[in-house]
Amino acid sequence: MRKFVIGAALLAAFAATPAYANLNVFACEPEWGALSSEIGGDKVSVYTATTGAQDPHQIQARPSLIAKARTADITVCEGAELEIGWLPMIISQANNPKIQPGQPGSFEGTRYVHLLEQPTALDRAQGDIHAAGNPHIQTDPRMMLTVSKALAQRFAQIDPANASYYTAREADFEKRFGAAIAKWTAEAAPLKGTPIAVQHHAWIYMENWLGLHEVVPLEPKPGVPPSSGYLAEVLQKLQQQPVKFVIRAAYEDDRPSTFISEKAGIPAVVLPFTVGGTEGAKDLFSLYEDTIHRLLGGLKK
Amino acid sequence: MKRQMILASLLASYAALPLSSAFADEATDLAAIRKQLNAMQHEYEAKITTIETRLAKAERDAKAARSAAQAASRHQAVAAAATRPSEQVAQAAPPPAPPQPADISAESAPIPEQSSAPPPTPPTSQNAFNPGIAAVLNGFLMASSPRDTKNAIIPGFALGDESGLPPRGFSIGESEISFAANIDPELAGFLDISFDDQNNPDVEEAYITTKDLPGGLTVKAGRFLSGIGYINERHAHDWSFSDAPLPYRAFLNNQYGDDGVQVRWLAPTDMFLEFGAEAFRGDAYPAAGAAHNGVGTATGFVHTGGDINDSSSWLAALSYLHSSAEDRVTDDPLSSGVDHFTGNDDLGILSLVYKWAPGGNPTVQNLVLSGEGFLGREKGIFDDVPVSQDRNGFYVQGVYQFMPQWSAGLRYAEVNASGVSPLLAGTVLDDLGHTPRAETALLEYDTSEFGRIRLQYTHDDSDVKSNDELLMQYTVIFGPHGAHRY
Repeated sequence: MRKFVIGAALLAAFAATPAYANLNVFACEPEWGALSSEIGGDKVSVYTATTGAQDPHQIQARPSLIAKARTADITVCEGAELEIGWLPMIISQANNPKIQPGQPGSFEGTRYVHLLEQPTALDRAQGDIHAAGNPHIQTDPRMMLTVSKALAQRFAQIDPANASYYTAREADFEKRFGAAIAKWTAEAAPLKGTPIAVQHHAWIYMENWLGLHEVVPLEPKPGVPPSSGYLAEVLQKLQQQPVKFVIRAAYEDDRPSTFISEKAGIPAVVLPFTVGGTEGAKDLFSLYEDTIHRLLGGLKK
Repeated sequence: MKRQMILASLLASYAALPLSSAFADEATDLAAIRKQLNAMQHEYEAKITTIETRLAKAERDAKAARSAAQAASRHQAVAAAATRPSEQVAQAAPPPAPPQPADISAESAPIPEQSSAPPPTPPTSQNAFNPGIAAVLNGFLMASSPRDTKNAIIPGFALGDESGLPPRGFSIGESEISFAANIDPELAGFLDISFDDQNNPDVEEAYITTKDLPGGLTVKAGRFLSGIGYINERHAHDWSFSDAPLPYRAFLNNQYGDDGVQVRWLAPTDMFLEFGAEAFRGDAYPAAGAAHNGVGTATGFVHTGGDINDSSSWLAALSYLHSSAEDRVTDDPLSSGVDHFTGNDDLGILSLVYKWAPGGNPTVQNLVLSGEGFLGREKGIFDDVPVSQDRNGFYVQGVYQFMPQWSAGLRYAEVNASGVSPLLAGTVLDDLGHTPRAETALLEYDTSEFGRIRLQYTHDDSDVKSNDELLMQYTVIFGPHGAHRY
């Protein structure tokens, strides 16, 4: 990661000489950084703004991020208001017309898939709800295939000179990744119908993909940390409707799921959520490999 | 696809035939084929499940379409902007679902998932172009002993009229309503009106900003808060404590905002490096009277900052403010009259901010340390007496979020004014041999990102006699989700 950042920094400095400039990609989350690298290869310089240890809802709009956004040709983000607490501030301070919303240099993965859980009413009494629907699409690898097509087209639109390069790399990625998805899906067959509890209600797409059955989230409302009273309610519910394990993203506070795990006598499974979330999740492929592996591990315990 | 399926079914029927155990090689092949078939079967099952889900979803969506359309148009109005001026621009942009015109080429190719999404319903009402509207509400409960904070002075300083603390007892402080929207592809606008507890409306900010100037430039024009210092540009509801630190109260009447123009340039470097310059009318304290034909104030500032490691980051700013006062009138609680000042005020501010969050994740724990140093001189005629007074001050503060929703903070602040000629002895400019200072402790509970309750205790030595002040405050914001400035 650090090497990557240094590399990106060097390339960004290099980008001051426009003749050899790579496409500067500002990726909001590691999964989109990884996808950008898969498609852009050595024609893009990818800067990933966040790590797997960070909550993508809550990032401080640090000066370093503003400096990176200043020289970016495109931002590649999840969208659907996931980054609403920090990205608009970075974009407004970066003084970079290329990445303004609506410009070709503003790419949001969630625009290319059908979002689930679009609320019919918006009320903050419901917690931290996303008006456009649940944004955490990267928990289902099939979404990546859809978004990768759109991203390759967008790269080609911004950098027409390398259009065929992006198209070819995308086709290759699609082939390899499609095969990998088939493999993961097969491996994950035993998980079908497994009842689970989740810490944050962020896994709906993965649950859809693998046929997991979410019994209860540990947050009373999305984004609201659970009180001990609410966790007691969860325990009661789990007595009536037992689950196999409770999952949380690597970046999340471990206390609620550890508590439930101990009291209910079920394993707590930590999932990477994004590239770099766990040691094993080094790129897009190992992200899902590691996820399936950990889920199956939870089943065995 | 169809051919694949026929092939698959052929293979499937073939695989179903009973086999003699003699053909060991064939058996291995078959096992391999079975494996492949199993994989294919899983794949198809997965696909079918997806299609079924999508179909079910589509049916549901069709039903929900009407209500969703209403929700969408409401959302557009809501998503259009934010509580803070600068983030409006970015937020005001697109409704999430339908792609922007600029996306046309990316959209033209068939994208399977997209096709299953319900077609975006175009908003038909005028309502769709409404700006983002946000409101900030405040409430105070102030207990203070022995002195009422209303007539507080800071010896050595002629204070502006907003530098005081909330009155004893219940009060609502300032309520704010802000409007923000993109005006066109090149401009964005922001309007913020506040109402004080006496029901007087006041235009806090009303400005336009450019959105697509090349070369890292942004121009802002209108009435706005100056970019000097660290907290000056933030609205009061965005401060870490309930009140402004002592130097901001003494030097800037809480914060400096005026009518004028600002230019900012962000260097295209890896290190964050921003330069800014402003010219103002010069009507707001410490300026007054719109001197120099209505260009009475000039400022300049440099911001820089970066990451130390994954967990730590910093910001530094150096700012300069030059303002002219032509017959500035300030209240004088000592004489129960007013004071007049004509002259120049120069002020330099050095600001340092350090933030720590484990692994860069501030949700559970984080720490913000900040401090600013002020150095200035006011030179001119004060109540018909020539004066040249050097002043300085600083504050340091730390706020530590020790668990989700809970944080605690400490602040120390002091200001100093040099002695004045005997002719001014006994006036507000006389420091009375006293160093004004204040120690503040804070406990904060955040109900969410949009609401908080604070309990703040100050041992206030700003006046000659010390004072103890206990302040309870709630602050809520409703309207669009504002992004947070560093």
